[in-house]
Amino acid sequence: MRGVKSVKALGLAAAVALAAGTAQAQVSDGVIKIGVLTDMSSLYTDLAGAGSVVAAKMAVEDFGAAAKGMKVEIVSADHQNKPDVGSAIARQWYDADKVDVIVDVPNSGVALAVNEVTREKNKVFLVSGAASSALTGDKCSPNTIHWTYDTWALANGTGRAIVKTGGDTWFFITADYAFGHQLEADTSAVVKEMGGKVLGAVRAPLNTPDFSSFLLQAQASKAKIVGLANAGGDTVNSIKQASEFGIVKGGQNLAGLLVFLTDVHSLGLPVAQGLIFTEAWYWDMNDANRAFAAKFAPQDKGIHPTMIHAGVYSAVTHYLKAIEQAKNDTDGKAVVAKMKSMPTDDKLFGKGTIRADGRHIHDMYLFEVKKPDESKKPWDYYKLRATIPAAEAFRPVDKGNCPLTKS
Amino acid sequence: MFELLGISPQALFGQLLIGLINGAFYAMLSLGLAVIFGLLNIINFCHGALYMMGAFVAYLALQHLGLGYWPSLIVAPVVVGAFGMMLERTMLRHLYKLDHIYGLLLTFGLALVIEGVFRNEFGASGLPYGIPPTLSGGQNLGFMFLPNYRAWVIVASLGVCLATWYVIERTKLGAYLRAATENPTLVQAFGINVPRMITLTYGLGVALAALAGVLAAPIYQVSPLMGSNLIIVVFAVVVIGGMGSILGSIVTGFTLGVVEGLTKVFYPEASSTVIFIIMAIVLLIRPTGLFGRAH
Repeated sequence: MRGVKSVKALGLAAAVALAAGTAQAQVSDGVIKIGVLTDMSSLYTDLAGAGSVVAAKMAVEDFGAAAKGMKVEIVSADHQNKPDVGSAIARQWYDADKVDVIVDVPNSGVALAVNEVTREKNKVFLVSGAASSALTGDKCSPNTIHWTYDTWALANGTGRAIVKTGGDTWFFITADYAFGHQLEADTSAVVKEMGGKVLGAVRAPLNTPDFSSFLLQAQASKAKIVGLANAGGDTVNSIKQASEFGIVKGGQNLAGLLVFLTDVHSLGLPVAQGLIFTEAWYWDMNDANRAFAAKFAPQDKGIHPTMIHAGVYSAVTHYLKAIEQAKNDTDGKAVVAKMKSMPTDDKLFGKGTIRADGRHIHDMYLFEVKKPDESKKPWDYYKLRATIPAAEAFRPVDKGNCPLTKS
Repeated sequence: MFELLGISPQALFGQLLIGLINGAFYAMLSLGLAVIFGLLNIINFCHGALYMMGAFVAYLALQHLGLGYWPSLIVAPVVVGAFGMMLERTMLRHLYKLDHIYGLLLTFGLALVIEGVFRNEFGASGLPYGIPPTLSGGQNLGFMFLPNYRAWVIVASLGVCLATWYVIERTKLGAYLRAATENPTLVQAFGINVPRMITLTYGLGVALAALAGVLAAPIYQVSPLMGSNLIIVVFAVVVIGGMGSILGSIVTGFTLGVVEGLTKVFYPEASSTVIFIIMAIVLLIRPTGLFGRAH
């Protein structure tokens, strides 16, 4: 691997040297083309979707690409949560439409497919929407950076906090695809490591409208904690129906392992109050975030930005910085190597780093949903329970089994 | 024996009941479809979208007019039914003499348009709609906790299904309707306004969908996608029951709800597929469906 690395470094040096004279010549066809591949029609539309396109546009504007003489174009497409559709779009973008980088891609199944296409075509893949920790684990790629969060970080943040406060027996309701399985596996590992027990799990198909049957099984398990290893509409429906079936009143507690701002908005505070979960970003934490939200919301039907939107903004900003310095967007591996070599710093995620396995490292936060009377303004939903420092928030680099980190 | 399968009898009863509740929704939706297909020969693919509209009318009525759940049970079906009749007057009636496929394509297109408009306006993650206070809480039945609202859904759905069946199969009005589909010219010759009757029938089918939408609002999110999540299953129910058979769609709706519920216990991964497996088997053995008659 060392040999490969030094060749890469040489290539990068050569590219930089070549580019020195002809400023934009190495940027393919003079245009940096960003493809936002996301869910535009189904359950992840609000938490990523059109908002991710808005976030990417805002990143390009704030970066001042035009003033710096960089031509940036943004295209977007709907992957319909189907890995085959997603990888077909990725191929078309890379082969025919001269797209240089794909961002977002909620739905881990689709993201894992795009991960492989990007590696094959030597382009760049910046993941904000997808969660599977396999993207920086055994499926890690020199062309991929996983920006916002992952299943390990969620499991670690939420799982640890809950087991610590006595929730030591778990039952999982798991979305039956790559993401759900990974989230369940990562959380189970944390629970067991902390001395807790996993009593059982049930796999629910994606987009199930009715969870009552699974909730009854969770109830029958007598586990103290019902872990919801799902996302988006599935999480919303399971939480709503859990309240209907008196799960919490019966003494069990819900652990939403992946809950987004838009889910809480959709549930309403009376149902969502008290939920504890881990996220990477919240719009009402500081002035910079609030200013971003104020500019973002009117462009996305009033939806306030989720951590995925913020992650798209932050990742695109860092990508443009790397291109500006490298003056090259044709060699995906070289661009990602450049991105890894530079510390990250932007107004939303602050300072951070990118590890060799492609994991972007930053603080994570443990939030609790406010009670209805604590909420003072629209979209005022979270209170901060704890900050998980960057060094502890993500899976240690040697535990991920990523081939890139083995020399 | 139950223990052998890894589930106690108590848990099994609970799952059976849950299955019946979901079956209630299948039954109400497939009933509307069966009425429309049986009497108009239209495969109404926008049924899911109209069901979703019913839930949205309830939500909007609550937000903007302060109308609660109970008035919405009347208002939403009326509003959406009127919308359906408008669709029938302006578009569908041009298709009666053509092949089924044209009606299917038109209504499928309408479904996409309606869903798109709502998604654009309200987003995809859904809006909250609470359970009416009089029906919140639940009963502990010993073997399971039954939310009062779910019990109400079974009762309401059974009532509506039986009433519809009675009107169409046992009353004079129903007899006219059935005669009008059999031979419209002759019935018209007796002085009955057949086109108006057809419009009203479509309105009734649509109103049933909207009513199911209002009943579903407190359980599921009021979301533009709620119809498309359900409609394919409902079509399978209609096909299994026999296209156009009213009793067939009611019985099949409840039965398949139970079958699906049991699958969720024994092999949950297959719960979204099991209905289609049954559909394939039924089509192979009885191509007209369980209750269907060959034309």
